[in-house]
Amino acid sequence: MHTIWTIAKRELATFFDSLIAYIILVLFLGFSGFFTWLYGNDVFLVGQANLRVFFNIASWSLFFFIPAITMKMLAEERKTGTLELLLTKSVSDRQVILGKFLGSILLVCIALAATLPYVITVSNIGNLDNGGTICGYLGLLLLSMAYTAIGIFASSITTNQIVAFMTTLFIGLFFHIIFGVLAHNFTGSLGQFFDTLDLQSHFESVSRGVLDSKDLVYFFSITVLGLYLGEWSLSKRHIS
Amino acid sequence: MDIQIEKLTKTYGPQKAVNDISFDVKTGEVLGFLGPNGAGKSTTMKMITGYIGIEKGDIRIGGKSVTDPESNFKQHIGYLPENNPLYLDMPIIDYLEFCAALQGVEKANIKDRIREMIGLCGLNREKHKKIGELSKGYRQRVGLAQAMIHDPEILILDEPTTGLDPNQIIEIRKLIRDLGKEKTVILSTHILPEVEATCDRILIINRGSIVANGTPETLRKQAQGNEVLKVRIEDAKAETIAKALSDLDTVQDVDLIEREENLFEVQSIAQQSSKRNIFKLCVDKKWVLTELTPLETKLEDIFRNLTVN
Repeated sequence: MHTIWTIAKRELATFFDSLIAYIILVLFLGFSGFFTWLYGNDVFLVGQANLRVFFNIASWSLFFFIPAITMKMLAEERKTGTLELLLTKSVSDRQVILGKFLGSILLVCIALAATLPYVITVSNIGNLDNGGTICGYLGLLLLSMAYTAIGIFASSITTNQIVAFMTTLFIGLFFHIIFGVLAHNFTGSLGQFFDTLDLQSHFESVSRGVLDSKDLVYFFSITVLGLYLGEWSLSKRHIS
Repeated sequence: MDIQIEKLTKTYGPQKAVNDISFDVKTGEVLGFLGPNGAGKSTTMKMITGYIGIEKGDIRIGGKSVTDPESNFKQHIGYLPENNPLYLDMPIIDYLEFCAALQGVEKANIKDRIREMIGLCGLNREKHKKIGELSKGYRQRVGLAQAMIHDPEILILDEPTTGLDPNQIIEIRKLIRDLGKEKTVILSTHILPEVEATCDRILIINRGSIVANGTPETLRKQAQGNEVLKVRIEDAKAETIAKALSDLDTVQDVDLIEREENLFEVQSIAQQSSKRNIFKLCVDKKWVLTELTPLETKLEDIFRNLTVN
């Protein structure tokens, strides 16, 4: 655990050293803030003191920003050769993967914590449903975990950050949109199957405040699968 | 800690990068790993450090196999990979702290270890910079510092002196020699004088197989065969001297190299030395012996003989 934490701390420090963290925080806040307060289907148009709009926009922002956070994690280490140095220290492949995962989740948590002023503002306007808000944040966190795990897997299979970014978006696209569309187009058990795979419906059910174990299992499965595949991809160096 | 390597094999596709090699390295020994590019030096080092898996054979470190999941052998190894990869966007001190923490240095000792390494590797003036701002030589020092931060019992250095200036090279060689007294060191290099200056034992590998293994002296003796002397004798005609030399019991062959200067190359018969006989000859004939130099086979020649196919 100590090792995982050491790696996570380094990842986080690197984000803040290299300005990536600041750029992502500013863009994330700007993007979600713009659509929550100023444009389109915003809080004032809805006219209710809840943060549904924000959670929906934030899920989209994270969909785009998480690949940018995870893309360099293993791809760059592989390219510059630092991966060799890291893996010959007294750490296991799993600890490296979990450390990197924890590091990027912490950055996402910082970004989410920075949106707390939105919550305070809305709760001053009207009567905010506290439980719903907490569940909304929980939904965003679960969604981030799933996409981060996918991102780390994508980063582990290539030495090119752009390829890692695009691969994450490509895989993410299926969970975020395509399975949902397919679920609408098919009926019966096939439709049901795609509906189970659709991330949006699980996210909405969590952020509506319904904590179903089905949704938790769904998000944790994607996370564990992504991280496991990442570890597997690292261990392939032993064979070839 | 001893390292024992037994019948190690690694194939990349149809090519055998390392082919059935076995050797031992003992505590207090510096082993020089020589070989042309692509001979399998780095592959072997990567297997010892646990970066790539073992296909066939075994590596035992301190008696425990590296394939044993219980053995925490990585903690006992300090490794400087080829090309010295580093996190360029990290400050030196943070990086060393990170390495120390990963290698299980106790929290209370980390600061002291970093201070010691910065002193030992001569990083004091640069210590507040980011690694990316350093010149190549200083990066190499950071690479050495991270390898030694946890005071490992085994040091594996893949071309440790590349990019250093001559003064630094001498310092680093001295450092390796000093470390080698108590620790087990394997270093690979292309620079042959470096091996002579630092290593107790040389291992030359070519195309994945060991072609020579021994101290610099034994290798030289093996390659050299008969004694060859460069001799200059004055006060007589070259032909007369050549005749007299070849009549000596121990001499197999005499070559006249320079007629003007009476310079000869005298090859003795196997296992014999002609030095005393040549001197006696000159005394008897009242000639003046102005040069008598044994010609040594250089390490370069040994290397070329063994690795040029």
